[in-house]
Amino acid sequence: MRKRNGFLTAGLVLTCLLAALILLGFFWTPWDPNAMAAGPKFDGPSLAHWMGTDNFGRDIFSRVLKGAGATASIALATLAIGAVCGCLIGALTGYFGGPVDEGLMRLNDALTAFPSILLALVVISILEPGKKRNVIIALGLVFIPSFARVTRTAFASLRDVNYVKSARLLGASSARILAVHMLPNILPVLLPALTIGFNNAVLAEASMSFLGIGVTPPDASLGYMLSEAQGMLFAAPWYAGGTGLVIVLLVFSVGLLGEGLRRRDKGVL
Amino acid sequence: MKYVLKRVLAGLATMLIVSFLTFAAFSLISGDAATAMLGTSATPERLAALRAELGLDRPLPVRYGEWLAGFFTGDLGVSTSYRQPVWDILAPKFRLTLCLSLLSFLLIGLVSIPLGLLSAGRQRLEGARTALNQLGMAVPPFFTGILLSWVFGVGLKWFTPGQFPDGRKDFAGAAAYLLFAAVALSIPRIAMTARMLRSTVQEELGRDYVRTAISRGSDRRTVLRRHVLKNALPPVVTFLAQTMAEIVAGSIVVEQVFVIPGLGQMLVTSISNRDYPVVQAIVVILALWVVLAGTAADLINARIDPRLRLGGAS
Amino acid sequence: MKTRKLLALLLLLGLLSAALCGCGGGSTGKTAESKPTDAGTGTEAPADPQPAEAHPNEITVGIAQDLDESLDPHKAVAAGTKEVMFNVFEGLMKPTPEGDLIPAVAEKYEISDDQLVYTFTIRDGIKFHNGAPVTGADVGASLARCADPSDPSVQGIEAFSNIAHIESPEDGRTVAIVLREPDSEFLSYLTTAILPADYDGQDAAPVGTGPFKFVSRAAQDNIILERFEDYWGEPAYLDKVTYKIIENADSILMSLQSGAVDLFAHLTSTQTAQLGDEFNIEEGTMNLVQAMYLNHAEKPFDDVRVRQALCYAVDRQQILDLAFDGYGSLIGSSMYPAFGKYFDDSLTNYYPHDVEKAKSLLAEAGYPDGFSMTITVPSNYQPHIDTAQVIVEQLKEVGVKAEIQLVEWGSWLSDVYAGRQYQATVVGVDASTMTARALLERFTSTAGNNFINYNNAEYDAFFQQAVTAADGAAQTAAYKQALANLTENAANVYIQDLADLVAVRKGLTGVRFYPIYVLDLSGIRYTD
Repeated sequence: MRKRNGFLTAGLVLTCLLAALILLGFFWTPWDPNAMAAGPKFDGPSLAHWMGTDNFGRDIFSRVLKGAGATASIALATLAIGAVCGCLIGALTGYFGGPVDEGLMRLNDALTAFPSILLALVVISILEPGKKRNVIIALGLVFIPSFARVTRTAFASLRDVNYVKSARLLGASSARILAVHMLPNILPVLLPALTIGFNNAVLAEASMSFLGIGVTPPDASLGYMLSEAQGMLFAAPWYAGGTGLVIVLLVFSVGLLGEGLRRRDKGVL
Repeated sequence: MKYVLKRVLAGLATMLIVSFLTFAAFSLISGDAATAMLGTSATPERLAALRAELGLDRPLPVRYGEWLAGFFTGDLGVSTSYRQPVWDILAPKFRLTLCLSLLSFLLIGLVSIPLGLLSAGRQRLEGARTALNQLGMAVPPFFTGILLSWVFGVGLKWFTPGQFPDGRKDFAGAAAYLLFAAVALSIPRIAMTARMLRSTVQEELGRDYVRTAISRGSDRRTVLRRHVLKNALPPVVTFLAQTMAEIVAGSIVVEQVFVIPGLGQMLVTSISNRDYPVVQAIVVILALWVVLAGTAADLINARIDPRLRLGGAS
Repeated sequence: MKTRKLLALLLLLGLLSAALCGCGGGSTGKTAESKPTDAGTGTEAPADPQPAEAHPNEITVGIAQDLDESLDPHKAVAAGTKEVMFNVFEGLMKPTPEGDLIPAVAEKYEISDDQLVYTFTIRDGIKFHNGAPVTGADVGASLARCADPSDPSVQGIEAFSNIAHIESPEDGRTVAIVLREPDSEFLSYLTTAILPADYDGQDAAPVGTGPFKFVSRAAQDNIILERFEDYWGEPAYLDKVTYKIIENADSILMSLQSGAVDLFAHLTSTQTAQLGDEFNIEEGTMNLVQAMYLNHAEKPFDDVRVRQALCYAVDRQQILDLAFDGYGSLIGSSMYPAFGKYFDDSLTNYYPHDVEKAKSLLAEAGYPDGFSMTITVPSNYQPHIDTAQVIVEQLKEVGVKAEIQLVEWGSWLSDVYAGRQYQATVVGVDASTMTARALLERFTSTAGNNFINYNNAEYDAFFQQAVTAADGAAQTAAYKQALANLTENAANVYIQDLADLVAVRKGLTGVRFYPIYVLDLSGIRYTD
């Protein structure tokens, strides 16, 4: 209350900066990210190649730009699936309760107890492996339970609040109550959950690609690049360093943004 | 007592669903144990013969029933890839993964709870601390793992990456090795738990009853211990239990970075090999582990704050 | 009060975890060690505390793939398993580094003049690892098992269907194999492992006659072999070899650098370039036919002009330079140079890199603007992924838009290899025995493993001619014609035989390369 919300500002600035860079990467990169022999192999960072080159002589900075774009878009799409489906389930179970609630929550428990990597692996194997779309679907499914849990609690807590009760007395339909009266009020819970979810999605995609079940080369994502960089740690430490740093930076800035949002809504500075 | 019974039954139901989902999932993936076993020498006739021998040609419910019956009589079956009893293969790995996750769990508890409580009361450098906290959450465990094994393994030679010591001959070495992996695994979780605890404690501190108590002249420390902690702990305990699931998932990746022969890597390759008895066993063990943690958390919470029982929280 | 309680609780937790760790660590990788006792191999090495200074006479060999299948040599499928088990098992004959065959379990052999009866004399006093002597019955049973597998997981040997009967007296030292028709390659198939007839634990605790005996396997952790003291030939130098399974590329380097591993085969040039000077790098060949295999049942690969265009479009030398630091030897057909008898170097540059020619061939075939295709690559082997990445870039130049699809090995086996549902795939095909047949039979139109759906009557005829050829020269000539047929029809986009780079810690010597995919440990020793 004394000072302004530094986290929100810092988070917004950093996130926007990264977003701008990523967007730029969709249209323009200093080098063709897949062009081999753009420079010598394993060239250290220089003015021509800001993050050096990899084992094919490809420009790492250009690849990181493109890769960050792939990672971010996968994370966003994953988030969309997880949040929308999770919210729906949360709303239904939280608002109505009863046996449906009990049943769905059991299933939710089961999905939470299921190692997420396994779930993702199985879903990818059932669909077609090696496709970006399927990585998204698999990860999206993994993220539904946590959103369902968070929103269920929020919806349940609003069930008996006065304005909801009065809306019900006035004869508003359940759908309307949920969408118009309750949804805006769970935003304070949902927004930080979204930022955390985004970060988890980035990290999950990285882990999956690290295990070799994510995005396919040559169009690499950050996670795949990091796993590639692993094998060249001694020849090109800048590869792992640069890629890892971008993942950390991405997650960090969105994390700051989430922290800022949380504080604004809580009124704590 | 009734509450305990209800929790245990719910846990059992979860386990059943998990095991059936795994089983069903396996019949959906392309390729089965027979194709994996015969590899590049497969012909349609031999595949059919092998499927018949392994009993893969029977309908799903029959196979699931058989597996379930075996499970309850303590028979996990025989691995289709290693041709050894599943438990013989998994027992040593299970203990390792158990140790790794317990160690990480302890680490998380021991570091994050004091950290969270300490930071709750202080305002100095709050911004910097929160930023650091966010940074901790942003580092993926495998990245930390690579850094740790590079600095402490290759650089300082405190341990030998890739050579997990035999615990019977070198207990300290094995424990130290696991500790490095546990550190990599738990850093983001420590940051999250500390943050969680800090915010719940602060929330409680802001409540009227605390302010009243303090303004009445009660000792601040006593209030903190008697009332605040009691109300702030349950969500943290629940969170820690959920952390167990994350640790288990995270160990898959960290075990690979540190070359620890645990369950995680086994799970991934067994899926590749379509070795369903092994996958089934691992999934059930891990799920049991997670469900146990969840149930324990609920029971502990019910002890800390008996009101929670009435809520019928699931 | 409360703090004390807390302390007690913490102490308890600490103790609990310590106890758990104790029992956990204690049994790590040890469960399987009781197995050889079951197998009757007798002595188990006591766990002696090793002095830190003088190195014990043992090494740790890193391998990138787990032996995650049956260890029974008649059932094992993976090249990685055979590579390790080469040290444990022997057949009547065994291969030499030069590519010849020498008697192993057999002491000597005679072939009748009509080439129908092979008579082997079993080596005097030769024993299995479990101490039992090798008898004619063991030899007969082992060969019969592969000739007519009643167990569906046993890999039958097609060539053994030619065996009319085997005369193997119970206690005698001679075994006579009677063939229906002459087969000049028959001897090569007798490298098939000889196993004790009355032992059924081969799956998990194998028993053979090789220079090393199997001690234990801990899944995804290690495999331990020990020198077999009663070996018939020159015994191995090392007392004990521990194979350490390291699947993560980064950990491979770490474990070499940190001293955990003494020898690692099949490294990439990128990896060896990062190793310090504690290692010697030995270069051999992998003996794989690496190619972009094309599914002839899929459009447009049914058109020979399209396939030829792809061959012209791919610059193989550039693949070697970009992805393999120049290591590797180019090939032009389904044969690698180590097989000197069949390898025809004139096929290697049949399709020189020529973008214009590729374009005009594509135009002729009705694809003036190129087409889109998917290259399926198994995700477990980086060199193939790297090769595919370079190919994608090269195909862009002729207008072909290729996309890589990574699949797990399990899916590759079922979808690509068995299911033949793919367009193109980059893999390496190896020879299971030292015969041309092992490489070439798969392209006959009726072969069960003809995963590229190659259907060429002329090829079938050449192959038939080779198999039934009366003498070696005629057979070699027929195989060479078959190989030329594959090249002329651009059956696949042949690339290279990969270089096999082996990192060996300084002070160790004796790595021998074979024309098949094995790692012979019996010659490896410390120099001091």
